[in-house]
Amino acid sequence: MTEEIKVTCLHDRHVAQGALMSPFAGYDMPIQYVDITTEHNAVRHKVGVFDVSHMGEVEITGPDAAKFTNYIFTNDINTIKAGQILYGMMLYPDGGTVDDLLVYRVDDNDFFLVINAANIDKDVAWIMEQAKDFDVKVDHQSALYGQIAVQGPDAEKTMGEVLKIDTTDLTFYTFKKLEYDGKTIIVSRTGYTGEDGFEVYADPAIICKMWDMLMDAGVQPCGLGCRDTLRFEAGLPLYGDELTPEISPIAATFGMFVKLDKEGGFIGRDACAQQKAEGTPKKLVGLELEGKAIPRHGYEVLDGENVVGYITTGYHSISLDKSVAFALVDRAVGALGNTLSVRIRKKVFPATVVKKRFYTPNYKK
Amino acid sequence: MSKIIDGLYYSESHEYVKVEGDFGFIGITDYAQHELGNVVYVDMPEVDDEVTAGEDFGAVESVKAASDLMSPVSGTVVEVNEALEDEPGLINKDAFENWIIKVELSDKSELDSLMDAAAYKDMIGE
Repeated sequence: MTEEIKVTCLHDRHVAQGALMSPFAGYDMPIQYVDITTEHNAVRHKVGVFDVSHMGEVEITGPDAAKFTNYIFTNDINTIKAGQILYGMMLYPDGGTVDDLLVYRVDDNDFFLVINAANIDKDVAWIMEQAKDFDVKVDHQSALYGQIAVQGPDAEKTMGEVLKIDTTDLTFYTFKKLEYDGKTIIVSRTGYTGEDGFEVYADPAIICKMWDMLMDAGVQPCGLGCRDTLRFEAGLPLYGDELTPEISPIAATFGMFVKLDKEGGFIGRDACAQQKAEGTPKKLVGLELEGKAIPRHGYEVLDGENVVGYITTGYHSISLDKSVAFALVDRAVGALGNTLSVRIRKKVFPATVVKKRFYTPNYKK
Repeated sequence: MSKIIDGLYYSESHEYVKVEGDFGFIGITDYAQHELGNVVYVDMPEVDDEVTAGEDFGAVESVKAASDLMSPVSGTVVEVNEALEDEPGLINKDAFENWIIKVELSDKSELDSLMDAAAYKDMIGE
């Protein structure tokens, strides 16, 4: 049995524009339109637009919505008000990661969850299963929404001039609902690039119209290729690489999104507390290599002759012009400044443990 | 439409050999560079290294992926194209002009099992 590949509402446009298409998370998605470097630089220096309609959406409503959302989420939704957004994870009881996600606080009994495309079926089943003992309604809404991400230093200007949406009132990780062509859309100041930018959730017909307006205005369409190089440089994890059922947010050193002491606890809380107290056997670190050779996912990391871990993501960074990587390594060798090495085919290259955030993000706080 | 040059030998994994006397210049074809996209790094062997027909001798890398280089012939590396160390994108500009290694061929009969330009053209469907 092969599962039929899915498409987003913008699929025909990507094909007509000559994008290189490839399956990702069950969807036939654009990898690049021109080339990764051009698209990457458009986002870093000007503006670019991504089709991220493959992302999943789940709305949780009802009297227990706040209590339930906080119970399945590592961050603390009691720290935000309506109109604000939090990033965090859903965990298994052992601390392994179900998914990483955004939670939009619509109001006190209404939370909008944005989840990874590859995990939609798994996440929805997981959320439904956990919801049994709570007075909530879990509404899977992925089919209702197309989504675009407008990213880059000129994003605010582009939103205003091209899409006629005023976003000057939005700060980083806030959102608003507004009427557009007679329908309610969601606009948030969020993204996955390390630049200022916005994400728009709307009816697929509206998303298609917005895409056409952006293309007519000459905005660079960007594929998943540069989405990965951009998020990587900014130190952001990709589910499947840096966070997995085996890699907890504690091991991945994203503990800042895990609120161990919040009221009511959450699934995976005790495992995380133990991991934090005892230290996980492995931890995620940044590595900087000498030379231009490129460390790729799965390559071995060595301490002398011993294999001490593997690369989770690596590139020759476009914005920094050097080879850098995330690697999951033995905690004992993961101290900043430590010298390790990476096996790249037949050769071994020295690598220094550095901070994971290679590029300093330019968010509008 | 990719460029294909008559008189060269071609492998199924998209390398070419340009033979001059006892030496072969090995690179990737124009079709291969186009499929790969912008080359950002070329992993090359060193002079005096041995290469073996059908075995990898390095890699060409785009931003997204590494692609192994398979040697179409056996022999000893006598020169590597050092210009590619600083400017790997030369391969995209002209893949046939910018060979990767120069090899002293140890068995010229290996060339017989490679494709000529017409056969390679058929293989890539152009």
